[in-house]
Amino acid sequence: MTSMILPPKQPAARRFVFVAMVLACVVLSPLAVLSGYGLDVITEIMIFAIVAVSLNLILGYGGMVSFGHAAFFGLGAYATVLISTRYDVSPWLGLAGGVGTATAAAIVIGAFCVRLGGVGFFMMSLAFAQLLNSGAIKWRPLTGGSDGVGGLLRPELFGFDLSDAGPMYLFTAAGLVGVLLFMRMVIASPFGHAMVGTRESSLRMDAIGYQTRRIRLAAFAVSGAIAGLGGALYAFYNGFVSPDALSFGMSGMILLMVILGGKGSLLGPVLGAGLFLSVKNIVSTHTSHWLLIVGCIFVACVMVCPDGILGFGKRLFRSGERR
Amino acid sequence: MLRLENISKAFGSLVVSNSVTLDVTAGQRHTIIGPNGAGKTTLINQIGGQLSPDSGKIFLHGQEITRLSAPLRARAGLARTFQKNTLFQALSVFENVRLGAQAAHGRTYDLFRSWRSDTGVLAQAEQAIEQMNLGRIAAQPVGKLSYGDLRQVEVAVALATSPTVLLLDEPTSGLSPSETAQMIDVLRALPREISILMIEHDMEVVFSIADHITVLYYGEVIASGAPRNVADDPRVQEVYLGAPQ
Repeated sequence: MTSMILPPKQPAARRFVFVAMVLACVVLSPLAVLSGYGLDVITEIMIFAIVAVSLNLILGYGGMVSFGHAAFFGLGAYATVLISTRYDVSPWLGLAGGVGTATAAAIVIGAFCVRLGGVGFFMMSLAFAQLLNSGAIKWRPLTGGSDGVGGLLRPELFGFDLSDAGPMYLFTAAGLVGVLLFMRMVIASPFGHAMVGTRESSLRMDAIGYQTRRIRLAAFAVSGAIAGLGGALYAFYNGFVSPDALSFGMSGMILLMVILGGKGSLLGPVLGAGLFLSVKNIVSTHTSHWLLIVGCIFVACVMVCPDGILGFGKRLFRSGERR
Repeated sequence: MLRLENISKAFGSLVVSNSVTLDVTAGQRHTIIGPNGAGKTTLINQIGGQLSPDSGKIFLHGQEITRLSAPLRARAGLARTFQKNTLFQALSVFENVRLGAQAAHGRTYDLFRSWRSDTGVLAQAEQAIEQMNLGRIAAQPVGKLSYGDLRQVEVAVALATSPTVLLLDEPTSGLSPSETAQMIDVLRALPREISILMIEHDMEVVFSIADHITVLYYGEVIASGAPRNVADDPRVQEVYLGAPQ
């Protein structure tokens, strides 16, 4: 009787409640267990997870292998610090400026890159990042040269001081969850499908009426904006930014996180960022040659699970089911 | 519907289209035949916008489209298939066809809603799937289909854009006799609102579908007309069907 009047409870709604509860537990438990240092480590992982997720949008779904993603991360960080400290405005304005600067740069740089496919795209994105990197080193009056710029003080949010590890951790977690929800929506949208279509065959997309360059550029801009958000959060986190944030090594690290975790999946890059930075933090306390260990892990990963840790896990799970 | 005026194209000294003029009238089943290297695919590529002609003009519905990019031609109602299957390998049949429908009717730059919400696009995709008889394999990934099924998906993707002119580049190439018969059936069943310009090698296909045949020989039109007249043309018999019998 009641079921005739009221629609039955949506299983989707129930699943949403379940996911939200799991998420809340995952996010809140470190607060209870970890010290300030532990929370800082996880905060850094989450910041880079956001950047890796942003690269995954164009790499995993759009098929564009960018070797210059540090450009948008670094620009976001630089703009946030510079706007907040030089103009003595709220760091929140700095954060908005960081995201805006990265987005604008992504539109300009993207306009050149998306004309090229494959290796051309790769080299062009690398060239622009290198250009910005040397710009940051040479333009001392603005950027402080290779010393970088600092002095950003974390602001307050709803009466909580983000200078404390706990609130900063929660703020970053909210950012990551927001970015993941946004990504999930984009992937399932008409635009997300058009992006995958362009990855699979731009010749056919062209022939059925899609302006593939525009689709690639739009994806590139969205990706740059999210990377810029990661950069802005990094500026909050560190209070300081140097040309390293725009470097070749930074671009490579972001690319590695995506490939390690698994490109073309929502959570793969998050896992990749977690693995990479955990190995870095643990190994680098014992030896300065931590990159050697990361390199070995990377080689092993590419040989054993070319579709990343997440893909490997899924395959294990499936073969387990079959037995 | 579609008109080519004096289309010429050369790759270096090799002339691939030599002042080609042809007309596809409303609802026509127009077939281009010619020996290998006659410049048939090159011609389709110039009509579709994948290549641009050196000289000459192309009109669609009376509007000149010679300088229009391929996607804009597609939006004006021109759809094409490829001789070599050009599909979205990682996607299912339905998703492939749905992308075709979305190109014509969808909000491609909408990031904020699910593809499921666009019911007009879904309906258009379903119609194309039905027209090509692909319902039984709609959910399967394209990467796992047989070659014969792929050839039909190739047409379905183009059909989903609801074209007024459909260019088919050898739709039956590589098909078995029974698959060819199936392809003939679905092509014959297409509504006459769609005009078709088709390249074909298989004479059985040509004569069971075409109501107009154009013969291309080294980039030049040597005959054009109703199937019977073209088949009786002595020059066609000489250069294409072999020595006169």
